[in-house]
Amino acid sequence: MAIKPCASPSASSPHDAPAVSASLARPASLQSTVLCAHCGLPTAGGRFCCAGCDAAHGLIQTLGLGTYYTRRILARDHSTLRPDPFNDAAHISVARHVQTAPDGTHSIVLAVEGLSCGACVWLIEQVLAAEAGVKTARVNLTTRRLTITFTGDATRADQLAARVASLGYRVAPFDAARLALADDAHGRALTRALAVAGFAAANVMLLSLGTWFGLTQHMGPATRDLLHWVSALIALPAVAYSGQPFFRSAFAALRHGRSNMDVPISIGVIIVSCMSLAETIAGGVHTYFDSAVTLLFFLLIGRVLDHRARGAARATAAQLLMLRASDVRVQAADGTVHRVASETIVPGDIVLVAMGERIGADGIILTGDTTLDSSVISGESLPQPAAPGAQVFAGMLNLGAAITVRANATAADTLLAECQRLIDAAQTARGRFVALADRIARAYAPAVHLTALTTFMVWYFVAGRDFAWCLRTAVSVLIITCPCALALAVPAVQVIATSRLMRLGVLLKSPTALERLAQVDTVVFDKTGTLTEPTLHLAPGADAASVKLAASLASTSRHPLCRALCEAAGPVAARAGVTELPAQGILAFTQGGELRLGRAAFCAVIAEPADSPELWLTTPHTPPVRFTFAEALRRDSAKTVATLGARGFGLALISGDHAASVQRIAATLGITTWRARMTPPEKAAYLGELATAGHHALMVGDGLNDAPSLAAAYVSCAPASAADISQTVADVVIQGATLAPLALLLATARRARRAIAQNLVISLLYNLIMVPLAISGAVTPWIAAIAMSGSSLLVMGNAFRGTYRAGGDRR
Amino acid sequence: MNSLIWLILMSLALGLGALALFLWSLHTGQYEDLDGAAQRILFDE
Repeated sequence: MAIKPCASPSASSPHDAPAVSASLARPASLQSTVLCAHCGLPTAGGRFCCAGCDAAHGLIQTLGLGTYYTRRILARDHSTLRPDPFNDAAHISVARHVQTAPDGTHSIVLAVEGLSCGACVWLIEQVLAAEAGVKTARVNLTTRRLTITFTGDATRADQLAARVASLGYRVAPFDAARLALADDAHGRALTRALAVAGFAAANVMLLSLGTWFGLTQHMGPATRDLLHWVSALIALPAVAYSGQPFFRSAFAALRHGRSNMDVPISIGVIIVSCMSLAETIAGGVHTYFDSAVTLLFFLLIGRVLDHRARGAARATAAQLLMLRASDVRVQAADGTVHRVASETIVPGDIVLVAMGERIGADGIILTGDTTLDSSVISGESLPQPAAPGAQVFAGMLNLGAAITVRANATAADTLLAECQRLIDAAQTARGRFVALADRIARAYAPAVHLTALTTFMVWYFVAGRDFAWCLRTAVSVLIITCPCALALAVPAVQVIATSRLMRLGVLLKSPTALERLAQVDTVVFDKTGTLTEPTLHLAPGADAASVKLAASLASTSRHPLCRALCEAAGPVAARAGVTELPAQGILAFTQGGELRLGRAAFCAVIAEPADSPELWLTTPHTPPVRFTFAEALRRDSAKTVATLGARGFGLALISGDHAASVQRIAATLGITTWRARMTPPEKAAYLGELATAGHHALMVGDGLNDAPSLAAAYVSCAPASAADISQTVADVVIQGATLAPLALLLATARRARRAIAQNLVISLLYNLIMVPLAISGAVTPWIAAIAMSGSSLLVMGNAFRGTYRAGGDRR
Repeated sequence: MNSLIWLILMSLALGLGALALFLWSLHTGQYEDLDGAAQRILFDE
């Protein structure tokens, strides 16, 4: 039981050390050079960075799976393997998602985050296989899902999920309803159609080759007719089956009085098939069955790849939201407390929110005075006090004391309801963006049908040729103009660009996002959580020794300020014998006296109340030390903004935060257009003004208050840390903690547009050369076959060349 | 002429067989984790 060596170096090799530690952006002076044996992050000097990693390593060694460490390839950028005791998702109950078969076998599907290579798949499967009662455990590396079947008690699912989480992976119950699995059925139907078309194309082509060469070598009419009949027998059912996706889409478009690319395709394929059948019955020389099925085969390849690339991006985006879902603690009428899924909360439920937790439901505070970090809701960077009676929203972070909240239905006058109204209005106003391919189809379909008709008219009435010959010639015009290359020109490029961006952590959710991104000339940023980190950071100025000491006290606390302290301190050993007093602070006794870390009153310090969050540290012999916390820029915001500015994009910053803070960030980044204290409707209106002025704006934002402007923008983008509603509205979601993919995204979109334009020129040139030949009646089936395949291959080749050319894959 | 008919039938039978195999593999979910399949070949159990 071992894994064969992988080609790549293992993560613990020396060259990986800078990459891993740099990605954490910790101050260099605080770093140690020892890397944790489990997760690969720097440690305080021991073998492991934290107790969680120690336990995970112990578990893996106990099961005899130690080869995992030598075979794995750690992800360098965004995911680490450190088990996170502070992660809300770790407290989610998965047992209610268990499905039970009639024979008593339970099964559960979990979404898994943190898989970096095959060794992770192997490790998870082996660890679960060692659990009693587990029948099978299988990880799907493509969809990042884990399916476990087990016997015994259904509630064991929670233990199994916890087992995987203890290795450092994040898991969440996989909720099929949120991913619309009907989509997958469509994908299978497309693949079946592709298989049938492929079979037919190969066999009909085989028979057609016989007739083409037979004609030059005196093949008898009986043999020729036999081959035609066999071809018809294969091709007609294949066209009827494989053509359905096109026929359906064309029919739906025509019924609504529109036209799309599927209309000329369907008309072409049907006419070719009927005409070839008529020729076969009449014992004619030329049939075009091969053209009909080959056309469907090529187009279906495009459709299947398109469906897969887009489905993968959308599924990943949905899975991101799923992994963030957290349980909510609800107090029943008899006083008992239950953990329930946040979707099941009904108005009137009493929800308990501990200090440091995110609020799980919209409601009114019943008891408890606290401070709330509402940056993800309003864009306000500084925490605000909240008292009983205040309206709170799901997603706010409770920094002060524990509170109870009475859930309420979304009242018509709340922020959330207003945002939803604005989003609905914006999405109606935006209307349907008509994809380039469909715009071309509108002009193309009538043009080719008119050409075919004119060809028939001129030959029949003016030149006086016989009816059958004229009909054949007119039909051959339709065959030649059947838009194979044209229909592949756009999707071929989009598939390649979408897949490439997905590998870089950029998820294109909207099918037309790429086309719209290519037209962007202005980028509008939100401030809080977009240009700045979504969490608070220690303000500069604190001395390193105090920070280390404070972090040793804070390392077991899940309070956001304590997490920020630990983040700033780098690896430190946790101090033993620490007591945490909720809403007060942390206390530890040493031989010299007491150590206290907490609010000013707790530390017996008399100080002016600060306007930013703070923590005090008191030690027996030294004066009290104050730590203040502020928002910090994302580490590559400056570079990304500068790059976009240098490329000539207009830049703007709109924020719900106060003017001083917005101005400071705008000045730091060199953005001259900025507006502060913007309400959600004002933000959306600003995007509207830009559109009226003729700009195509890309809105980048994360908060609930940004959601309306994301919907109102020409195209929109949200980081993966954004509020659920903003991620749902945005056309593009960027994974990871950086904005760097933004510049790459815009560059890729422009390159893709250029490749699409080239492809359209190629298909047009093909038509310009071939249509006159067809009109003159010189096109035989083998010329049609070569021309059609040739142009399609040319377009595909150019799509690869054009999308990959500049830069290649930068990871 | 007779041989031609046999050859056509044989080629069709082979093609249909391949088609049936493909549809079977699709039905049993063998195309659902192509990345995983590429890695699993390295497991030595």
